[in-house]
Amino acid sequence: MPRPALRLAVEIDGDGAHPAAWRRAAHSPGELLTPRRLSRVASVAENAGFTLVTLDDSILPPGSGAGPAGRIGAVERAAFVAASTSVLGVAPVLATTYAEPFHVSSQLASLDHVSAGRAGWVVGVETDPAAARAWGRPPVEGPDATAREARDGLRVVRDLWDSWEDDAVIRSVATSRYLDRSRLHPIDFAGETYAVKGPSIVPRPPQGRPVVLARPGIVPAELTDVALIGGGSVADVAAAAAGDTATPRAFAEIEVALDTPHETARERITDLERYAPWTARPDRLRYTGPAAGLVSLLTELHGHVDGVRLHPLVLDEDLAVLSRLVLPELVVRRIAAPPLPGTTLRASLGLPRPLSRFTTTDSAAATPVREEIR
Amino acid sequence: MTRTDPADVPRPGAQLHFGVFFQGVNHWTIWSDPSSGSQIDPASFLRVARTAERGLFDAFFLGDGLRLRESEGGIHELDVAGRPDSITQLSALAAATERIGLVSTSNTTFNEPGDLARRLAGLDLLSGGRAGWNVVTTHNAWTGENFRRGGFLDHADRYRRAEEFLSVARAVWNSWAEGAVAGSVDARSWSVPEAVGRVRSTGAHFDVDLVPTLPRSAQGHPVIFQAGDSGEGRDFAARQADVVFSAHGTDFDDALAFAEDIRRRLRAAGRAEDALRILPGTEIVIGATEKEAEEKARWVRLGQVTPAVALGIASRLWGFDLSGRDADGPLPAEEPVVAAYDGRFGTRQLGETLDTVAEWRAKAEANGWSLRETVIELGPQRGHVGTPAGLAERFARFVRHGALDGFNISPYLVPDGLDDIVELLVPELQERGVYRSAYTGTTLREHLGLAPVV
Repeated sequence: MPRPALRLAVEIDGDGAHPAAWRRAAHSPGELLTPRRLSRVASVAENAGFTLVTLDDSILPPGSGAGPAGRIGAVERAAFVAASTSVLGVAPVLATTYAEPFHVSSQLASLDHVSAGRAGWVVGVETDPAAARAWGRPPVEGPDATAREARDGLRVVRDLWDSWEDDAVIRSVATSRYLDRSRLHPIDFAGETYAVKGPSIVPRPPQGRPVVLARPGIVPAELTDVALIGGGSVADVAAAAAGDTATPRAFAEIEVALDTPHETARERITDLERYAPWTARPDRLRYTGPAAGLVSLLTELHGHVDGVRLHPLVLDEDLAVLSRLVLPELVVRRIAAPPLPGTTLRASLGLPRPLSRFTTTDSAAATPVREEIR
Repeated sequence: MTRTDPADVPRPGAQLHFGVFFQGVNHWTIWSDPSSGSQIDPASFLRVARTAERGLFDAFFLGDGLRLRESEGGIHELDVAGRPDSITQLSALAAATERIGLVSTSNTTFNEPGDLARRLAGLDLLSGGRAGWNVVTTHNAWTGENFRRGGFLDHADRYRRAEEFLSVARAVWNSWAEGAVAGSVDARSWSVPEAVGRVRSTGAHFDVDLVPTLPRSAQGHPVIFQAGDSGEGRDFAARQADVVFSAHGTDFDDALAFAEDIRRRLRAAGRAEDALRILPGTEIVIGATEKEAEEKARWVRLGQVTPAVALGIASRLWGFDLSGRDADGPLPAEEPVVAAYDGRFGTRQLGETLDTVAEWRAKAEANGWSLRETVIELGPQRGHVGTPAGLAERFARFVRHGALDGFNISPYLVPDGLDDIVELLVPELQERGVYRSAYTGTTLREHLGLAPVV
């Protein structure tokens, strides 16, 4: 049986993956923070056939040192993108290191409602002590504490999504009841550092649970839908994907710099290196060169992963090449597929819609799990 | 009703400002009608927001509540409930609307200023300067059970925390000087380092140190709304708010007394009397004739105050469960149980228990009302009923006499409960010169006629 087509994601934070990407952007720096620019990038990604855009974030400004760059919160951008598109998935980065899990759950559930089931969550962690001071919270220090806050936050968020059964709104005129309280559940989470009562204030998300994406090791693999895996070579990525059996889907992380009609990728990188180095990361593949080479790389990866997340060098330049030369070729070869109209992000990824873990037996019988098409 | 001669009134040129409050939680929204739509589907929010924009409203307003309300020993089942996170929903609406202001109710007790100020600033930029923030406080430990810190705040401290919160939020919003963002890709850095201020604040409630991530919006920063009606709440509004979302907009004398009280507090706070807009919450029921309007209002009240809702309201007043009683029978014979209020049912909607019960008993007896009739007549309510022309005359008088600056209107039906107001009432108001005929600005601050942020 042929492997299902790859699903493609693209990171659209800022002006691109290079720290100096803004110097090659097709707009003035301040334009980055306008709704027009955000909706334009989202449209290009949707029209190109990407299944998902991700949006990086932190309470701390991006870039280091003097003259910080501006950044609008990822949830706000994601909601705006959701309302500007119709089939594209949207996944903001949120960290529960300092944020209230109750708010994070409400925000993501709401993103799933406004997008009619296209929401994802890239689980983040805040490791910079400056984030604690920005939040005004006691610092979470060390890998164990950071992992604990990420894990507990994810558990709370998932349980709150499940705390309304799908059919909790009954609108029973005969009994004068809008809700059936027996289908609303306190989560009674009690962790090492805090407790959360529940239920959520937001009805169950259309997808049941928005799609959870995470780098391996941040949160328990079995609570993650998509592992964002990396490595220095295709073999490394293939091994990492094969080794993670607890997470249903694996996406390879790839930084890309493509030849444009007027300049080679190498020339563009050299230009930006006048300002800052583009340091390679051990958790990402990197591809530099013509579009055809990227098509070959993704074709090779097709046997090993379910999708890829691309981190373009400069969005305004590389997204155009991806849109014109890479995605169409992958679709023609049936290596990649765009999302179908009306499908949820879960459905695009071939993931089942989960039943609430609090679902009572009777109502489970009455509402069997179905393949959802909204 | 006689036509007001504009020459005889204190504010002959005054105009009304309308907001729409998509409530999402409470018994005012009739869910039993076949035309009642989803309370969570984005299409419902879009329909209401676009109708309001067609009617040249200043603002679309969302509420907030951080725990599902409880009654009779469990989650309250009778009213609409389950609503989106307001800033997330409004960020989506920013993409689908052009002019209308987008106001989020957000809580200062269970948020942190660095984070919430940033979220609101993001909404403000994405909407081109249309964001507003209705600042609310809570202190009850029951709500705190959904948060890491639990219940941590004394009742007396809730406005102190809110005020310190707002002070940090303003510092965050004002940290990027004009011209801080580089004008070209050849600049030395993305922003001018000396033009981006660091926010350091150490007070009784917050100890923060951050570099904010955003410059100012087209309106400077979000417009501040305030809704608390206590003396403390009114003083807070007089010191800090741009708009008061009051509960005094039905009776003219009551509205005027409230407005004068607010103006007195503004003067005491050293602010100009016109520095703040007063927008009472209201419901508006419209009919082609007075009789038709009254009949429609009757239908609305019966839809809102079902027998079960009437017993629920009475249970909260009497302090014990009356759900097994007959709503069409007399008021309970028992004396009420007066207990400390723990916040399980949101903002308290009725006055002092013993006084209220005594008043209900006297009036029910005098008029021969059942329990349900009594709740309909005397229970929590607000609103205006009339013909388009009659309402327009009444509202013109309110605004020209300085009793209010407009209304935050709660439609009793979602999503099409605003249609009559936009199609029938707005033209009558426009004809009388008390309502705009086009948006003249692009930001919420401009819509409200507020002075620019300095």
